[in-house]
Amino acid sequence: MGGTSTCWVRQLFLSSIGKKSVMAVTGLVLFGFVVGHLVGNLQVFIPDDGKKLNAYAAFLKANAGVLWGARIVLLAALLAHVGIAILLALENRGARPVAYRVKTYREASYAARTMIISGPLILLYVVYHLLHFTWGTVHPSFNHDDVYHNVITGFQQPAASAVYIVAMALLGLHLFHGLWSMCQSLGVNHPKYNALLRAGSAAVASAITIGYIAIPVAVMAKLLK
Amino acid sequence: MRITLHIWRQKGPHDAGRLVTYEVPDASPEMSFLEMLDVLNERLTAKGEEPVAFDHDCREGICGTCGVVINGIPHGPRAATTTCQLHMRSFRDGDHLTCEPWRARAFPVIRDLAVDRSAFDRIVEAGGFIGVNTGSAPDGNSIPIPKKTADLSMDAAACIGCGACVAACPNASAMLFVAAKISHLGLLPQGQPERFDRAAKMVARMDGEGFGNCTNTRECEAACPKEIGVEFIARMNRDFLRAGVADRPEKATAGGA
Ligand code: FES
Repeated sequence: MGGTSTCWVRQLFLSSIGKKSVMAVTGLVLFGFVVGHLVGNLQVFIPDDGKKLNAYAAFLKANAGVLWGARIVLLAALLAHVGIAILLALENRGARPVAYRVKTYREASYAARTMIISGPLILLYVVYHLLHFTWGTVHPSFNHDDVYHNVITGFQQPAASAVYIVAMALLGLHLFHGLWSMCQSLGVNHPKYNALLRAGSAAVASAITIGYIAIPVAVMAKLLK
Repeated sequence: MRITLHIWRQKGPHDAGRLVTYEVPDASPEMSFLEMLDVLNERLTAKGEEPVAFDHDCREGICGTCGVVINGIPHGPRAATTTCQLHMRSFRDGDHLTCEPWRARAFPVIRDLAVDRSAFDRIVEAGGFIGVNTGSAPDGNSIPIPKKTADLSMDAAACIGCGACVAACPNASAMLFVAAKISHLGLLPQGQPERFDRAAKMVARMDGEGFGNCTNTRECEAACPKEIGVEFIARMNRDFLRAGVADRPEKATAGGA
């Protein structure tokens, strides 16, 4: 921006496009975590009674520096993502003070129109998930050193499994719009690969939902014991 | 054909406004939507009632003055069509049509269906021009421009500034309009010198006018009578972000002789 250099950062990040790009970049960081976490979790399917999974958990704990570094980056990304989402939602509400009596949507997907609902619900779920599997506060038989045991006994409760399944469906919905939207906000839109971007967003969002849901489903179906 | 209209009536910017129902029992499928409103207004005037105020000028889809949200869709149900080019054959006998103005804080209602879109003019004033004297017409092909680039620029330049993008956006965002204006100049050689400054200034003005923020729902693209795509919004985002990150600040000291 021409003009005063002292507050260019503020000017950039408080502009409409700046806020969009912060949503996109923090969304990308959180998406990276969602992918990494899924890959780690899927080790539960290795048929060795959880040895690999527990070893992986112990490995993470042993590297406290990296673990806490990642946690701090994720927490910062989460706070920025949520904070700016609230700001955007308030501004957008203010931008149309009188609502339409009749409103017909033609392009906006259900996912796009419900980001502001799926987002807070996922946040609530994250709190529950931490209480359940990280701190063990709401877990029936939590053992700090046996992740495999925690997963199996945790998901043997149908109510807990149901929460996870619904939350992962919401995450898929959020990513279905979020992934494509992230590209668009950062200016990645080109006729050569637009179809791929849209199809790719849908495919990746579905794969993540299915991957995560597979774990409680497998436990409840007694495929994992 | 018999049409029942539920029209937004609002005496002025500070009136609360309400939907009022009118019948047009004898609309012809050949009439344009605005001609149907003309017929209604003649009858209202004859009865001594206040006619419905609505915006219109060219009535041939090129000026961007007209605009009514019909059953929740800006410019009505036909794709790539302004309200003035919409004909009653697009509806069916017995249809109920709810007619509302463009709704956005940045587009205050003047009266009934007529809104004040001068916010768009102020955005263009902020940078939607080329700030040098262009002189007389240059020789043909003296500035080489690839056909693809010229076409893309022309696609953006097709924007008539009607504001349907704002009306359609769930967030009342003006990004498609601003993106079109930034792109049609920024794509051409003559627009290069001010390209990034233009993006920064026009976006700042847009934000200042109180439009909402884009959430990439693509409703604008569906409503645009000139079929301008969100590809231009991505292009604007690139230009704006580059301006924000890489532009040199202006020197504070006055230079030159
Ligand atoms: S009146 Fe000119 S575009 Fe409709």
